Amino acid sequence: MAVGTSQTEGPSGAPSPASAGEHGTASGETLHMQLWRGDKDGGQFVEYQVPAQEGEVVLDVVHRIQASHAPDLAVRWNCKAGKCGSCSAEINGVPALMCMTRMSTLDTASPITVSPMRTFPVLRDLVTDVSFNFEVAKLIPSFTPAPPPPGGYRMQQVDVERGQEFRKCIECFLCQNVCHVIRDHEENKAHYAGPRFFVRLAELEMHPLDTLDRRAYVRERMGVGYCNITKCCTEVCPEGIHITDNAIIPLKERVVDSRYDPVAWLGRKILRRPAPMTAAEAAAHTSAATRGVSDAAR
Amino acid sequence: MPSISTSAGEIPLHEYDVIVIGAGGAGMRAAVEAIDKGCTTALICKSLLGKAHTVMAEGGVAAALGNVWPQDNWQVHFRDTMRGGKMLNNWRMAQIHAQEAPDRVLELEAWGALFDRTPDGRILQRDFGGHRYARLAHVGDRTGLEMIRTTQQRAVALGVDVYMECKIVRLLKNADGAVNGAVGFWRESGDFVAFSAKSVVLATGGVGKTWKFTSNSWECTGDGQALALWAGADAIEMECVQFHPTGMVWPMSARGLLVTEGVRGDGGVLKNSNGERFMFDYISPYFAAETADTIDEADHWYDDKVNYRRPPELLPRDEVARAINSEVKAGRGSPHGGVFLDIASRRSADFIKRRLPSMYHQFKQLADVDITTDPMEIGPTCHYIMGGVRVDADTEQTAVPGLFAAGEVAGGMHGANRLGGNSLSDLLVFGRRAGLAAAERAKGTPVDTSLEAGQVNEVVTHALSFLERDGGGTQPYDLHHDLQETMQALVGIIRTESELLEAKEKLVELGERAKKASAPGSRRFNPGWHMALDLESMLTVANCTTIAALARKESRGGHTREDYPNPDPELEKVNYVCRYRDGEYTVTPEAKPEMPSELRQLFEEEEASGGEAVAATKEGDN
Ligand SMILES: Cc1cc2nc3c(=O)[nH]c(=O)nc-3n(C[C@H](O)[C@H](O)[C@H](O)COP(=O)(O)OP(=O)(O)OC[C@H]3O[C@@H](n4cnc5c(N)ncnc54)[C@H](O)[C@@H]3O)c2cc1C
Ligand code: SF4
Ligand code: SF4
Ligand code: FES
Repeated sequence: MAVGTSQTEGPSGAPSPASAGEHGTASGETLHMQLWRGDKDGGQFVEYQVPAQEGEVVLDVVHRIQASHAPDLAVRWNCKAGKCGSCSAEINGVPALMCMTRMSTLDTASPITVSPMRTFPVLRDLVTDVSFNFEVAKLIPSFTPAPPPPGGYRMQQVDVERGQEFRKCIECFLCQNVCHVIRDHEENKAHYAGPRFFVRLAELEMHPLDTLDRRAYVRERMGVGYCNITKCCTEVCPEGIHITDNAIIPLKERVVDSRYDPVAWLGRKILRRPAPMTAAEAAAHTSAATRGVSDAAR
Repeated sequence: MPSISTSAGEIPLHEYDVIVIGAGGAGMRAAVEAIDKGCTTALICKSLLGKAHTVMAEGGVAAALGNVWPQDNWQVHFRDTMRGGKMLNNWRMAQIHAQEAPDRVLELEAWGALFDRTPDGRILQRDFGGHRYARLAHVGDRTGLEMIRTTQQRAVALGVDVYMECKIVRLLKNADGAVNGAVGFWRESGDFVAFSAKSVVLATGGVGKTWKFTSNSWECTGDGQALALWAGADAIEMECVQFHPTGMVWPMSARGLLVTEGVRGDGGVLKNSNGERFMFDYISPYFAAETADTIDEADHWYDDKVNYRRPPELLPRDEVARAINSEVKAGRGSPHGGVFLDIASRRSADFIKRRLPSMYHQFKQLADVDITTDPMEIGPTCHYIMGGVRVDADTEQTAVPGLFAAGEVAGGMHGANRLGGNSLSDLLVFGRRAGLAAAERAKGTPVDTSLEAGQVNEVVTHALSFLERDGGGTQPYDLHHDLQETMQALVGIIRTESELLEAKEKLVELGERAKKASAPGSRRFNPGWHMALDLESMLTVANCTTIAALARKESRGGHTREDYPNPDPELEKVNYVCRYRDGEYTVTPEAKPEMPSELRQLFEEEEASGGEAVAATKEGDN
């Protein structure tokens, strides 16, 4: 069960980290931290009061609570440097990395809520089951280069730069978390890869050495048509990847042209997958699911 | 599915040819190789797949590709590596590493990696400390991420079985004394799981979390070093720990986080609270010939590296770390106990943002410091352990049959000090070799893979004891805090006998308390419990580092003794070998393998040519 459907959802009207501006956490002040505690069967926000300390990020405060009040508080983290993408959560309802959100950017006069990502089933407290993403990763037809010419591969810097932007992805899955196609529609997970994997597919499509044509597969199995370019994913990406403009839109353009590509047929033969969804079906799903205008029927 | 009965009920048993513990660069590369050789392979890691510490590596991977300097070749790389390691390295490992690194890097490219390019479309290489030629293949400042993703995607494409967020607690052995399995638990559920295998590869990475200020991530708790020692393997060079001179010191929350050497390479200078460029006072005679002794000369070096000598800020890492330490001790430190690293007053804002984007971002976001207008506060941070499990250079086989080790967990390759960029290449070269040798063993002579239920039960019962112990015992977090304080204060950058002895005593006491640690709560994703188990590993590392540091009565590379400030030429030939026997940690000096004369000649040639290699050496990090 997604956290949001249990009794207490993060107050959606709470100020976002970004809009709250600099507040400064004066030492001596008391922080009112409301952490979501629970598991798949439900849970609630529990308030912990801890003294403010200078220069902390949200993850530090969570760790202090863990060390002093709640040794069994579950939280996932690794690098504490914004590099591994483990510590994704929703802070005052806004998806962000806990290790890169400074307390001084939050309004500490009011309680601060920290809840797990809503799109993924909660395991315990702030930790969610993100296995969906690892399953999708297995479905991506892998990089398939031509054999190297004598003297090795040559690529120009301009040609690798496009792919390099996409390869900055730290797999925090925040973009997956905000994408309404799966955030509000669990059932879409069966046929929708989500923005993280559109980034990956765009990277492969634009890789100077790759030879495989994945276009029909992208359209039919990866469900790129569901995306209606709301750009929510781009807004939360901690790596600043232009997910929609640089990955999804070009991918959609390529996919449209690919409908009768014979290589796609080969791809279909190689890759076992469920019955493809038609563009019309996709459009129906998408418009039902969203606020924006769907371009899926193009 | 087969299972084993224990006091915690039936636990599932997974059977493989090869299991690889650790999914950083080394583990991934090993797994790819084992699968490639037709072995059923499991890849086990205690965080999610793709999050291993390797993602943090920035600067690059060292390989003598010769793309920028055609003069570069494996011999030069080998020589740089040995010199950087103060000749304590296992020569054969350093040789294999230098010879095979180029192929391993090119292989990544064939798996989809996108390195930065030269104008003629080949892999670009960057200058780094201790490397005579520009040698580091890189992707901006996120080379580790590129390496993780590339090997991860390759392993997934080959169909590896991944067990993530699964922590291995102990290795298992068969009646022949060979390692043939492991017991772990799922962090999520707390349920136990057993693996049986013909070969086990350890690739669990480093130990940084044993110290208070570290650039290392959460999982660097020395599990592999401990697992191997407990299973009867040897560990060498455990005293050689690298403290990187420039870690963040403020805010507290970011303390230890790495500040790349690029800041100094691009013109940043170190200043004390009086505003003095103090590094000019710390030029040791060994480096005097190639180091600028006036500010004027140092400042010209950035534009003319031929006619000017390099600034003392770019002295080797251990030298700079010690200098910073002395300034702080002398009361000339910055407000938060470091010194100042100033690039703001020396380069334009545009230049800084273009050359050091991630540093600009890191300070802006975490410290609210704009490095284009203000100096950074920095100080030494625990970065890397050169020492580790002793392995055969060609096969990465440890002293225990069936057990292989590669990557930061293994020792020997880097001697007393690691050069920047040589770790990522180490992961690939020896990860592959470990996977290969593990596969050969699995395909070769039959191995008894039956697990002994009694051994498994013992592990499970022990692990659960922390949960069952109510109240009374110490909190694991408090113990971790005390351990870090002890190691930071007494077994840090500068060591001395009295402090090491004090540390040894404290560790005994901490060990006793850790045995009685209690982690209340359920088994489901209980970080307090995980910490109690990680602590066992960290304590093992702490004990070995301390006794080996006591034993090595000289200063060499990452091991500095205030009471023995100079290197002892005789000790260049000696490994201090740590073992765990009957509940005790021991250390024994043993002769190192001797370098053959054709390789020794490389060093003689260099001396004959006036040691210009040293002059071209610039300090680097990462
Ligand atoms: C900030 C920073 C920058 C660096 N930059 C560079 C650089 O530019 N160039 C360079 O060459 N080197 C660099 N290094 C060093 C280099 O990154 C590391 O030495 C290297 O990544 C270690 O890789 P590894 O594969 O041995 O282990 P790791 O990447 O540490 O992986 C260890 C794996 O083991 C798993 N594991 C550990 N214990 C257990 C257990 N008990 N059970 C199950 N799984 C377990 C972990 O989950 C993880 O998957 C840098 C280091 C730091 C800290
Ligand atoms: S732009 Fe597309 S992928 Fe991104 S959040 Fe919106 S619908 Fe999802
Ligand atoms: S694309 Fe950006 S938001 Fe999405 S997983 Fe990658 S880093 Fe995170
Ligand atoms: S802990 Fe790695 S991104 Fe936050």
